Order: sequence, then structure tokens, then C-alpha cells
Amino acid sequence: MTGNSFQVSGYGPEKAGWTRLFARDSMARRLDWPILLAAVALSLLGSLLVYSATRNRTELNQGDQYYFLTRHLLNTGIGLALMVGVVWLGHRALRTAVPVLYGASVFLILLVLTPLGSTINGAHSWIKLPGGFSLQPSEFVKITIILGMAMLLAARVDAGDRPYPDHRTVLQALGLATVPMLIVMLMPDLGSVMVMVIIVLGILLASGASNRWVFGLLGAGTAGALAVWQLGILDDYQIARFAAFANPALDPAGVGYNTNQARIAIGSGGLTGSGLFHGSQTTGRFVPEQQTDFVFTVAGEELGFLGAGLIIALLGVVLWRACKIARSTPDLYGTVVAAGIVAWFAFQTFENVGMTLGIMPVTGLPLPFVSYGGSSMFAVWMAVGLLQSITVQRPMSA
Amino acid sequence: MTNIPETGRSTRVQTRLVVIQILVLSLLATLGGRLWYLQIRQGDEYAEEASGNHVQQVVQPATRGSILDARGVALADNETRLVVSASRTELLKMKDDGKAVLTKLAGVLGMKPQDVMDKVRLCDAKTPQPCWNGSPYQPIPVTDEATVKQALQIRERAEDFPGITAEPMAVRRYAAPGKSNTAQVLGYLSPVTDEELQKAQDTDSPYLRSDQVGRSGLERQYDKALRGKAGVTRYEVDNLGRVIGEAESDPGTPGSNLVTSIDARVQRVAEYELNEAMKAARKEMDRNTNRTYEADAGAVVVMEAKTGRVVAMASNPDYDPNAWVGGISAKDYKKLTGKESNYPLLNRATQGQAAPGSIFKVVSSAAAVEAGYDFDGNYDCSSAYNVGGQVFKNFESANEGMITIGRALELSCDTVFYRLAHEEWKKDGGMNPKDPNDYFYKAAHQFGLGAKTGIDLPNEVTGRVPDRQWKQDYWEANKDAWCKSGKKDGSYVEKIAYENCLEGNKMRAGDSINYSIGQGDTLVTPIQMATIYAAISNGGTMYDPTIGKAIVSPDGKTVREIEPTAHGKLPISKTTLAKMDEALAGVASRGTAAWRFAQVGWPQDKIPMHAKTGTAEVYGKQTTSWFATYTKDYSIVMTISQGGTGSGASGPAVRNIYDALYGVSDDGDVDPKKALLPKPQASLPKIKTDGTILSPKMPKDVVKELLPDEKASPDEEYAPVEEGGQPATTPNQNGENRDTRRHRRRGGARGARRGSRPVARGRSRRARA
Repeated sequence: MTGNSFQVSGYGPEKAGWTRLFARDSMARRLDWPILLAAVALSLLGSLLVYSATRNRTELNQGDQYYFLTRHLLNTGIGLALMVGVVWLGHRALRTAVPVLYGASVFLILLVLTPLGSTINGAHSWIKLPGGFSLQPSEFVKITIILGMAMLLAARVDAGDRPYPDHRTVLQALGLATVPMLIVMLMPDLGSVMVMVIIVLGILLASGASNRWVFGLLGAGTAGALAVWQLGILDDYQIARFAAFANPALDPAGVGYNTNQARIAIGSGGLTGSGLFHGSQTTGRFVPEQQTDFVFTVAGEELGFLGAGLIIALLGVVLWRACKIARSTPDLYGTVVAAGIVAWFAFQTFENVGMTLGIMPVTGLPLPFVSYGGSSMFAVWMAVGLLQSITVQRPMSA
Repeated sequence: MTNIPETGRSTRVQTRLVVIQILVLSLLATLGGRLWYLQIRQGDEYAEEASGNHVQQVVQPATRGSILDARGVALADNETRLVVSASRTELLKMKDDGKAVLTKLAGVLGMKPQDVMDKVRLCDAKTPQPCWNGSPYQPIPVTDEATVKQALQIRERAEDFPGITAEPMAVRRYAAPGKSNTAQVLGYLSPVTDEELQKAQDTDSPYLRSDQVGRSGLERQYDKALRGKAGVTRYEVDNLGRVIGEAESDPGTPGSNLVTSIDARVQRVAEYELNEAMKAARKEMDRNTNRTYEADAGAVVVMEAKTGRVVAMASNPDYDPNAWVGGISAKDYKKLTGKESNYPLLNRATQGQAAPGSIFKVVSSAAAVEAGYDFDGNYDCSSAYNVGGQVFKNFESANEGMITIGRALELSCDTVFYRLAHEEWKKDGGMNPKDPNDYFYKAAHQFGLGAKTGIDLPNEVTGRVPDRQWKQDYWEANKDAWCKSGKKDGSYVEKIAYENCLEGNKMRAGDSINYSIGQGDTLVTPIQMATIYAAISNGGTMYDPTIGKAIVSPDGKTVREIEPTAHGKLPISKTTLAKMDEALAGVASRGTAAWRFAQVGWPQDKIPMHAKTGTAEVYGKQTTSWFATYTKDYSIVMTISQGGTGSGASGPAVRNIYDALYGVSDDGDVDPKKALLPKPQASLPKIKTDGTILSPKMPKDVVKELLPDEKASPDEEYAPVEEGGQPATTPNQNGENRDTRRHRRRGGARGARRGSRPVARGRSRRARA
């Protein structure tokens, strides 16, 4: 009996705190609910797809069919908490913490290059943590690049000194982004580098930096890509992936296998799919990396055009609202952060879904919210937190 | 721009944000469009590809039904052999295309590595045998004669032999019970081709990749029933081929068993006697060509007279049907089909055709009666018949005076038939026919000549009745060549061509005259003649010859009997038929075949024998021997191409077959205990409740059993033969038609030997010249 009363009494204050949070009705009301709900829906949908992809992969789930499901839900929960934390702190307050965050993230990716890092699928981009967890610092670098560049580029514009960032500021911002990008390239995690390049491009566009910078960066990106190709920095497996992308019929049992099987899985789904847990391609483990990079194929096969389309639509909602946030924020700092996140999410979505549909080459990028993976989940939820913070702190007149 | 808030910011940023938004939207739209394209537009194709991806078919081939003889003895069944196969798909995955594995395999099997590799290569236009002409996705048998030890070696070290399997498999076996061969009747199997696979795809009995298909004989005729239906288990598999579930499966049904009317013992005797007769003929001198007879091919049919069922059917040259089992080797294939092979795959009983000679005279007799001539009338059997300066001689120019048609049959008098046919030809308008009656040609058609008998064997040939229509067609097809090569004063061939060019489309007097005694362009098959003589025996009904007697389901529960069906009646009245029957009995008792029957101990009173001999001329070749016989139970027709005369070459063999059937000994005693089949086997073999069919024990060699010391003392067998017993005659070298009363040959020894060794059953008849 005493235990029971203790429980009741213990539950009371927690409820009170929760209520208090929402009692600040201004904040709850100002939250961008479509983004939040779409992101939650994507994460939950993702947990189902991840579960479907892994429930009978005993070699991965260590005999526990719910292993990935529970972890995905746990990651989502932690992500939500991180979002709340970010909203609580506010993106403006984080501006002051940028040097620390940036330094920490660069330190972490440097750590990956040391023997502490581990290689998964040809990319040396993980840090193994005790307890079976692992960390992919490049995911967090995306956030610090956004925050850092936004801080630099918006500082003088928001102060009213200039209408646009000057060349020196842009150069500084680019320098800030280049350092972690070079490190990530050494891993080599080309997919993440590509995301970062797109983020930088989006930020420069949104910051109002001179057209010369935008086109210059585009030119440099092309030149860089050519150089990477010519100088043989790419590994054989990366060249093979591009070759297989260019010609899917090439070596269907080898490098073309992923794309081929992914397309068969999605294509066979038809309008309504084979039903959750009933996809033969999924059950038969024909698509590799199906809980992470190729999670979209589960949706395609088991939920069909309707389910897979829903995922694209939900991501569309997130991106649409994020664009709206970027446009309706009075300060350039908020705009640039939101635009960076749009560029990040948009490119990663397009690349991830595009590769499963055979219109983009295969790279190891997760689908935001849906793919299994802690670091990615945390990063995208923190980004949602930033978007919410920008919305919440926007002047009411907007 | 109402939705742009008052941010006090420049429009450059706002414009760029709109650009970003449009870009993002178009990216998402691209994804949506592509998704629609893959899932809705091409969804069906991918769905199909997906099912091909994850469904693995495991085929349990249906056990092919057995082919049994009338008593249940298996002529063709299955045996379990250890088959070592190689999967090409697995081998090609290896770096060296599996060379190392195959070499290792060759070591285990004691074969040459090159031989093994040759066996698993695929056939194409440039690749000679051995090669694999089945599906490349099907395991290719390397050998079906692996020993248990070899199979164990392969299976125990599976990791050393990736892609190699060693499994017991049911393999067709042609058991040759009692040394009977029955090759052409049974036919053979070979793997299904891609074409057939496609063709049968949408029928009610589609083939499987692994199927063996009957290619000839009964195996082909009854393929559908024998084949059964293979069971297919479909497994859902994962990417590594591990089974994760079972999909819709088709249970298989083993093939039905075919009970035939063949009696393996009689079959063996028939084959043996045919071969012996041909061997003997090859030692006989042909006075026309001054060479020994070629005896290059022959056939014999033993038919139940009252049903048309075939008790034995032998064709020579023959082959071992087991050569086809497990894939035929290049050498064997050439031996069976090459130019030098003499085509042993042909069943001469149904696919061999030749001019019938005098055994055709039953047709001419019936035609004459139909045309109004009295069977018992008196007709001139002169030594020759003269038409417009052309002399048609009687056989050996014998002059028998005025005789009846019946007697003409007995003596095989040609001139009687010449005269009748020529008279009819004249009545029909001669060279300018007016509504011709063509009684002689009509009769041939009514006897079933020029048409298939309908025997249950594939690719039966029709033979030919050279009637007016045929002459016209043939002339139109060949006149250009004839007119080109023909010369009025050239060689014999050129003169013939010249004549043919002028009037080859017309029925000439000589054509009709030759035709009346079965010479000229007439072609018949042994099975046609057996059908006709069986019909004469049974009162006039022509049955479709059948070999299949019943199809018994594998569980023995349903038995579909194949009833004898008639395809016509002989165009002879009952009374005429009775007279003809008597005349043909006369052939055996006092006519041209008497020296094979009545004169050498045939119990004519107990088992009335009827016979007709025939010796047909073939331009540029030696004569064809024909011998057509019947009792009330059986009709036996034998022919030997380039074998000599009817009773001379074929007579002893036919007599020996009858002896074996009825158990007749040399002194004419009938011993039912020694008889193989004194009455046709009417009942089907006993079928046990579990579906197995009981069969009696077969001796190793039926002939040895019947003639215990046949092979034991070959020297005696080749003892010199004395002339005697038969009136010696000289062969007529110029005769248009020679019959069979030639100097005695093999059988001639009978009389002499009989006296000295009356007890040696059968042996004496088997004398060799």
C-alpha cells in the first residue's frame, strides 16, 4: 500500500512539470506542429520498416527480433529529447556555443581517423563506444558547419552593418566548412562530403553572398569531383558503384546487385505493396543494408506506391515547412540555419531515395528519420529542434 | 509577395530562398515520378522478376511408367543409378570456370579430365558431340555409372566439389528380357528441347526442363501416359538460397504402365529367326547377279489374327536402345544415324516398304471376283502372256494348263493374273480410258493399301497403290527430268525415261499386267500385309494393328484397356473368302510353301496353315523375299530386302516361329508344354493391390531354352547341306516375276537332317547353306 501511495506522489510532480512546459502556451502554440508530427510519423514508420527488415536477420539482431525496433524507438526518443533540449536552449543561445561545438565535432572526426575509429562498408567513419553503441561524428559535423557558417555569415548582416556578407566573411565561413570536410574525405566518407558541399551551397545562397561565390563554389565542386576522379582518390568500390549506376545491367551479381535488387523490391510493390512483413524481397534478405541505407525499399515493397509515396510526402512536409521557416525568419542567422537544414535534408532524401530508385549512384547516406542509426537520428532531430527554435523565437508580428 | 514577412531584408535572399524551395520541390517531384514509374508503370515486370528471384523450384521427376509385355514382363523400366552431375551455373562462378573441380572429379571417376569437360560444355553449331544439348541451368550428367564409393567420395567432400552432385536417379532401362530386343518398337528417350518446351508450355501437359521425351516407338506414342507428371515443390528462398518458406506446389504423379500385346519370348524368337534367316541368305548365291544376297534389311510381324494385336515385331538391322540412356555418345549416334549405318532406328515393319510380289495375289484374286470372274472358273496358266510383242513370262515359264483362281494362288501362276488384269484394262478403255472400273486398284485401296494401318507407332508409312491418280501426280512431278534424260535409242534407263516422258501419266497395258502380281510401282509395308492376312484368317475384318493393350495407372486402380478396333472389311464375299482360305491352305500343303510346312512335318490337320510366298523384283537390286502366312490364331508376315525368294529366304524362319508358338516338334507332334503361346494371351497380367504388376520369370535367352544345344555345337550347324526333298529347278533369269519354287536352300536340309536326327528339336530346320 505504501508503495502505491509513493508511486502516486512520485508521479504528481512530474505531471506538474510537464504541464508547466505546456503552460507556456505561447511556446506550444508557436511550435511548428506539421514538422514535428511529420518527423514523428516518419520515425515511427521507420521503426516498422526497420523491424520488418531485421526481424528475421538473426545474424544482425543477435537473436532478438525486436533488437532494431527497440533501438530505433529509443533513438527516436533520445532524438525528441535532444530536440526539446535544443528548443529549450534556443538557436540563438547556441550561437555563442558554436566555437565549442565546432571544436568538439572536429575533434571527434579526427578521433575517427585514429585507431579508435572503425570501418563499416568501406567508410572509416565510426567510433565504437562501449555497450555495442557506435557514433558517426560526421552527422554532427553537419550541424556544427551549419551553425558555424550561419554565425559567421549573419553576424555583420544582422548587426545592420552590411546588407550581405562580404568576401572576407564568406572566405572565413568556407574555411570553417572545409576543415571538417577534408577530414571526412579522408575517412573516406564521400557521401557525407557531398551532403556538406550541398549544405555549404545552400547556406551561401541563403546568406545573400555574391553570385560569384555561388558559381565559384559550383565550379570548384565540379573541378574537385574531376580531380578526385583523376587522381584516383576514389576507392575501387566507389568507382564500381558509379559504373553500376551508369549501367545497372553491369554485373548484376556484383556491384550492380544492390541497385538491381532494390529496384526489384520497390518495383514489385505496385500500388499497395505486399503488406507489412510480407515482402518476399525483404523477407528473403535480397537487399543489403536494408534497415539503414536501403530502408526505403522496404516501404516500396511492403507498402507500395501509397506507403512509399507517403514517406516522400512527409519528408516533403518537413522540407516545405523548413523552407517557410527560412523565408519568414527576420534575422539572417535563422534563415541561414533553416536553409542549411533544408539543403541537408533535401539532398540526403533525394540521394537516398534516388539511389534505391536507380536515379542516383549508391552512397551510404541514411534517409532522415526513417533509416536505422543513432547518430543520424540524433542529428536530424537536433536539426528539427533548431527549426522549432527559429519558429518559436520569431517575433509574433511575423 | 504577401507571404514574405516584413523582415527588412533584401529581396536577393528572398528570391534565392524561393529558388531553393522550388528546387527542393522539383527534387521531391522527381522522386515521386520515378516511384510511380517503377511501381505502377513497370510494377508487373518487377513483380515477376521478384518472384523469379525468391522462388526456387525443386522438381521431383515423375518415374516413367514401364512398358510391359503381354504377361507383365518389363520390356522397358527404370533402374536406380548413381548419377554424377555438374551444375554449369555453379562452375561458371569459379575463377577458372570450374576447371579445377572438373579435373578433380575426373580423378575420382577415373575419367580423362578433357572427357569430363567435353560432357559439360554446351552444344552449338561448332561443338561436336559429346556436348550437352539440354538446358544450361539444369545439372548436366557426367556419368550415370558412378560406383557407390565414387559417389561417397564426392558427397563426403562436398566442399571440394562445389557444383557437383552425386545422387541416385531413376534411369530408363531396356531390360531385353530373354534376350529380346524390341528396339524399334520401344523407341527411345532424349532430353526435351527448348522448342518443345515452349510449344508445350500452354498445353495441358507442359514439359519440365529435366524431362526426357519419347522420340520414337511406344515411348513416343504413349509418351503422355508414360511420362506422368513431375512434382514441383516451390520454395521461397532468401538471397543465399536458404529456404524460408514453401510456396504453392504441384504434387507429381508417376507415369502409367503400358501393357503391350508383345510377348517377349515370341519377340526374341522372331528377332533371332529373322537374323538367322538374313545371315543364311547372305551365304546364298543369287544366280541373277552372281553375288551372294545382300539381305540388308528385314522385318517380321506376328499378329493375333482375331484382334490385330501385335505379338512380336522385329526389324533388322537393330540396335541397343540402352545406347540412348544417359545421353548418346558421338560414336553411337553416328552408328545409328550415319550414312553407313543402314538406319537401324527405322522400324522396317511399319516404315519399310517394298513391292509385295506374289503375296499381293490375294488382292488381285478378290479384284477379279469383284470384276465378275468366277473364282472356280478355268483360266489359262500358260508359260507366257503376249501383249503387243511384249512377252510376260510365267514364273519359270511353267505351263499348268487351265486352272482355277484358287489353284493359281497355290501355284502362284502369274499368267492367269496377267490375263485377267489385261482384260480388265482393255474393258476400261485401254490407253484411252472411259469411266474405268479399275477393279484391281479399287481392291488394293479396299484392302487398306496406300494408307496407314493405324498402328499405335509413330511415323508409319502408307506404301503406294500405283493407280491412275498416282501415275498422273508422279508424271507431273518427274516429267521434266524424264523428258530431259530420255532417249529413244539410248540405254535401258534412257529408253524408259523416254517412254515415261511421252505417256508416263497413262496406265499402260504393261503397268496393269505387272501390277496384278504385285510388281512395278506398288509398295506395301509388312504391317499392312500382316493386317490383310489376319483379316483373311478372321473372316474379313481388318483391325488396326495395336501394340498397346492397356494403360495401367501407377496404383493399379485404373486400367484403360485398348480395345481392338476395325478399320474395314475385306471386299470379299464369305463364300469367296472361304475358297481363298482353302487355296492359301493349299499353298502350305501342296503349293509353293509346302516344302516349308506340309512336306516337312507340319501338322496341317491339327493346325491348318495358310501361306503365300512372294518374290518381288526391284530394279537394280536383288529380289525381295516375302512370306505371308496365317493360322486361325496368328498371322505372320516376313520380308527380307535383297534376300532372295519368299519361301526360300523367309520360309524356315516363319516355320520356326510357328513351331515355337504352337510347340510343334520336327516330327509334327504338338507338345502344348513346349508351346510358347498356343493361344493369344487374352487376359492382362495380374495387378497386385499396390499397383505392381506380376510377371513370370524369364529365361536368360529364350532361344537357348528352346534349342538348348543350338549355340553349343556350331560345327554341326554348318554341316554341308544336301540337295533333296524338293524338285530341283533352275532359276529363271529373265522372268518378269519369279516365284519361290527355286532350288531349295536352308530348309532343304530339313529332310536329310530330319531322318538322321529326328529328336534334335528345331535344330535340323535351322540348317545353314
